[in-house]
Amino acid sequence: MTPTLDITLAGIQMKNPVMVASGTFGYGPEYADLVDLNQLGAIVVKGISLEPWGGNKTPRMVEVSGGLINAIGLQNPGVAGFIGKYMPFLRKHDLAVIVNIWGKTLEEYAEVAAQFDGVEGVHALEINISCPNVKAGGSSFGTTLESTAKVVAAVRAKTKLPIIPKLAPNVSDIGAFAKVCEDNGADALSLINSFPAMAIDIETRRPILANISGGLSGPAIHPIAVKLVYEAAKAVKIPLIALGGITSAKDAIEFMIAGASAVAVGTANFTEPLTALHVIDGLRDYLVRNNMSRVQELVRSIRI
Amino acid sequence: MMRIENGTVVGHDAMGPDYRVLTLKLPDVAPLAKPGQFIHLRLAQLHDAVLRRPFSIYRVDGNHLSILYKTVGRGTASMQTLRLNDTASVVGPLGNGFPLDLADSLTPVLVAGGYGVAPLYFLARKMTRRGILFIGGAKAADILLADEFRALDWEVQVATDDGSLGVKGLVTVALDAWLAASAPHTQPEFFACGPNGMLKAVGDRAIGGNQKAWLSLDRHMGCGVGACLACVQKVRLSGQETLARVCKDGPIFEARDVIWEN
Ligand SMILES: Cc1cc2nc3c(=O)[nH]c(=O)nc-3n(C[C@H](O)[C@H](O)[C@H](O)COP(=O)(O)OP(=O)(O)OC[C@H]3O[C@@H](n4cnc5c(N)ncnc54)[C@H](O)[C@@H]3O)c2cc1C
Ligand SMILES: Cc1cc2nc3c(=O)[nH]c(=O)nc-3n(C[C@H](O)[C@H](O)[C@H](O)COP(=O)(O)O)c2cc1C
Ligand code: FES
Repeated sequence: MTPTLDITLAGIQMKNPVMVASGTFGYGPEYADLVDLNQLGAIVVKGISLEPWGGNKTPRMVEVSGGLINAIGLQNPGVAGFIGKYMPFLRKHDLAVIVNIWGKTLEEYAEVAAQFDGVEGVHALEINISCPNVKAGGSSFGTTLESTAKVVAAVRAKTKLPIIPKLAPNVSDIGAFAKVCEDNGADALSLINSFPAMAIDIETRRPILANISGGLSGPAIHPIAVKLVYEAAKAVKIPLIALGGITSAKDAIEFMIAGASAVAVGTANFTEPLTALHVIDGLRDYLVRNNMSRVQELVRSIRI
Repeated sequence: MMRIENGTVVGHDAMGPDYRVLTLKLPDVAPLAKPGQFIHLRLAQLHDAVLRRPFSIYRVDGNHLSILYKTVGRGTASMQTLRLNDTASVVGPLGNGFPLDLADSLTPVLVAGGYGVAPLYFLARKMTRRGILFIGGAKAADILLADEFRALDWEVQVATDDGSLGVKGLVTVALDAWLAASAPHTQPEFFACGPNGMLKAVGDRAIGGNQKAWLSLDRHMGCGVGACLACVQKVRLSGQETLARVCKDGPIFEARDVIWEN
């Protein structure tokens, strides 16, 4: 008997719980020669803002032990550019399309959400709250409970689509942040975004990235992410999408046992573009080996 | 069209003291390759590295694809240990390649720095026309493939920083002398691969002379396929300033399109 992998997460139907993460898979066409998009549960597209945005100066990425640090700076073609250029392509494929959105002010978040409401082929909005709040002096929205609540509520008020706040990892009590999102109308949560990090060239004594610092992703952050998912799962009832350093089915299964209903592959797409497909195969094999008929049986199945 | 494929090492030889040629059997990737394109390589023994490494395609012989590389860090150091029948994962061919259809009135002028000669050799082999190669490097050992170009009936001029081979100084010294001497009776079109300073110098000459220059840019890359936006370069396309992805929209750009920032 083949186990069933399909899930319904916050009302989004997916043929399996494996997605590709924002910023690591472009807008769909980039990897399409190598990866059949119809095999994936969902794509989360690179973060979109109201207007086109140029991002940071180069170098924007550096490889480090166990991962990489990126400071792309959220370069994107803006809402209208994205819809015009990429939605026709995405609509032709059989996978859930989750649009990652961001803003520099609360009003921008709300406006981006409003503009996506009702756009054909968009299944949900993932809210990147790890960006600098211009009005509050540039600190990240996602690092205080108060601004997290405001962003989620502002987006909630403007859309009927499922909304999925994406939590920053560098907070003292992830459960409290998860809860404040749930209380303000989030349908699911994504965790985690990359960790603030930095690398220095010891010969020149200069930071390697033009932006000085960036976000760490890749295998190095996986065990930290597992702990954060485990903590968040205890705090909320809404489903969790887990990401951080997945390179194999084992990493994905670990996240699901800890509390995730779905997973997303990020940095590993660069290393091995077929990773998400390997995760799907490995997940199916694991269910067979463990006599499970539905992938949901894995979720929150941790034995303490 | 790009593919992903495990290549088997069918050749791995030194080219002088500092460079090596790695040849992989790639039946899916090799036949698709065009001059100026590159591959993204991942080594099994470097499994903890999250990024692949980009290398220009140096030659294609049937199913065999070769790259010419210099050891500069841990990825290339690890590559050195590859032996016959080892395998490496390859994504490619990537990028857009050089234009190959040159008007009859134009003379191809190739300008190379260091391993930048690799894609230009592939280009010369695919061109139905002969032209001239200017090649520069720090010392004689950095001047590669000069005899191979001569064997294709190309004229070759060499410049080294230390004067150990050819003229002493930058490759532009030799180029400028040739341009001055041949200006009245030739109309050059430039193809260049090497350090940014060299690319900009070649581009400036082409713009000044109302000629075209196709420049192959080298940027640190993440995905190699246009997804991550790590590799961007400021460009001007139909009058508009924008950011191009060197991996996907390049690595070849026409000199007028590139906006150099210091
Ligand atoms: C389109 C393109 C074509 C290239 N063609 C060739 C070639 O034909 N022969 C050759 O010897 N080299 C070529 N390079 C440069 C080559 O990719 C680097 O030398 C190599 O990645 C260094 O890896 P490493 O692990 O040894 O060095 P490390 O310094 O340890 O690498 C660490 C990181 O920096 C990146 N990196 C380091 N130097 C460069 C560089 N110059 N360009 C891009 N990324 C870099 C690596 O990919 C890696 O992510 C090319 C680069 C590009 C972008
Ligand atoms: C190059 C790059 C770009 C990213 N861009 C975004 C983005 O635009 N929005 C976002 O919410 N997360 C972005 N992320 C974060 C990833 O979606 C993911 O949360 C993080 O990388 C951790 O997962 P990983 O370790 O599997 O990569 C980006 C990550 C990388 C490496
Ligand atoms: S390397 Fe990822 S977009 Fe060019």
